[in-house]
Amino acid sequence: MIPLLARELRLALRHPADTLSAVLFFVLVSALFPFGVGPSPELLARLAPGALLAAALLAALLPLDRLFGADAEDGMLDQLLLSGLHPAQLAAVKALAHWLTTGLPLVAATPVAAALLNLPVEAWGTAALSLSLASGLLSALGTAGAALTLGARRGGVLLPLLVLPLAIPVVIFGAAAIEAAVSGLEARPFLLLEAALLALALPLAPLAAGAALRSD
Amino acid sequence: MRATIPKASEARLLQAEDLACWRAERLVFAGISFALAPGEAALLTGANGAGKSSLLRVLAGLVPPAEGRVLWQGEDALADRPSHGARLRYLGHQDALKPSLSARENLALFARLHGGDVGMALAALNLAPLAELPARVLSSGQKRRLALARLALAPAPLWLLDEPTVGLDSDSVALLGPLLAAHRERGGIVLAATHLPLPLPDAREIRL
Repeated sequence: MIPLLARELRLALRHPADTLSAVLFFVLVSALFPFGVGPSPELLARLAPGALLAAALLAALLPLDRLFGADAEDGMLDQLLLSGLHPAQLAAVKALAHWLTTGLPLVAATPVAAALLNLPVEAWGTAALSLSLASGLLSALGTAGAALTLGARRGGVLLPLLVLPLAIPVVIFGAAAIEAAVSGLEARPFLLLEAALLALALPLAPLAAGAALRSD
Repeated sequence: MRATIPKASEARLLQAEDLACWRAERLVFAGISFALAPGEAALLTGANGAGKSSLLRVLAGLVPPAEGRVLWQGEDALADRPSHGARLRYLGHQDALKPSLSARENLALFARLHGGDVGMALAALNLAPLAELPARVLSSGQKRRLALARLALAPAPLWLLDEPTVGLDSDSVALLGPLLAAHRERGGIVLAATHLPLPLPDAREIRL
């Protein structure tokens, strides 16, 4: 599995535009909120936790329809399926690579987005932690969604419809964690709930993705 | 995960039993049965759309057969598809190359999965001078040769080749000859779908 992960990361380094476009999307959506809300910093700070989560998850969705699509088009997916690895292992590598090349850069850009949304500095650490858990969950769910919609016409439209409803719980707990940190309360229980969702998705999503890849 | 090549005494290494395949609501082929012994080669022939590529994909375990079984040493090969995949090399229509990686890097991934030496495989297909070029600047014949170089990496008992010589000049087709001969010498099986002559002496013909 290590050579496959190395290959994914090497390809991502050769095409930095994919990662950059997700990060830019995240920052730009966060930058639109102050314009939409108008001159009211308190209201903006009130919206910030939810806006942060929504913007990050939408940004992380962007590269998903190419996750298996590029490999399916050039014949690489056939070779990977014949490499002796179980399809679920292949999906797990893809999910991890998606998180490393999309989720992690989004977490790194959290301070910029948080500043644009007027989120108090005390909550930035919690926001980064909350986003890393939420983006991890999206990588796992998104891999399953990408495998399921592979080969479907308009798969790019279908994918968010499949994945985003499943991400609702993590948005609720993720935003609650940031809000708790803003108002000086304990954010830990909400972060633990996010982690529990991630722990549930981590074994199940690659299995689902693997099953979808096999029956193609 | 490297598969070992059984001894030549086993008469029927690969067997297809009454295979049928449906693609997009259409019966592509049915009742295909054959058996191949170690060292044997077979050419799949038939008109366009006769199902040559589909048969190769079924034998590789990439597409489940609608009916019938694929047997390897008398056992159902498709029951454990990851280990079936590890014992075969499949060359599809597409070359499975990443345009932004160099020829050497493209091959290196497969060398790490299957074993084998990248330099020797590149040399076997006369690609050594192109090793550091990104795959996107290679001509289609050079790309095909790079895809074929995967076969030269490490031995595997079953080769499934879909139009292996498309786009190749006659010198490059000749390079394939020793590769195929060495594979059969080791007891390997070759199944190739092709319209063009291949350097495969006394190959059987399977008509679809």
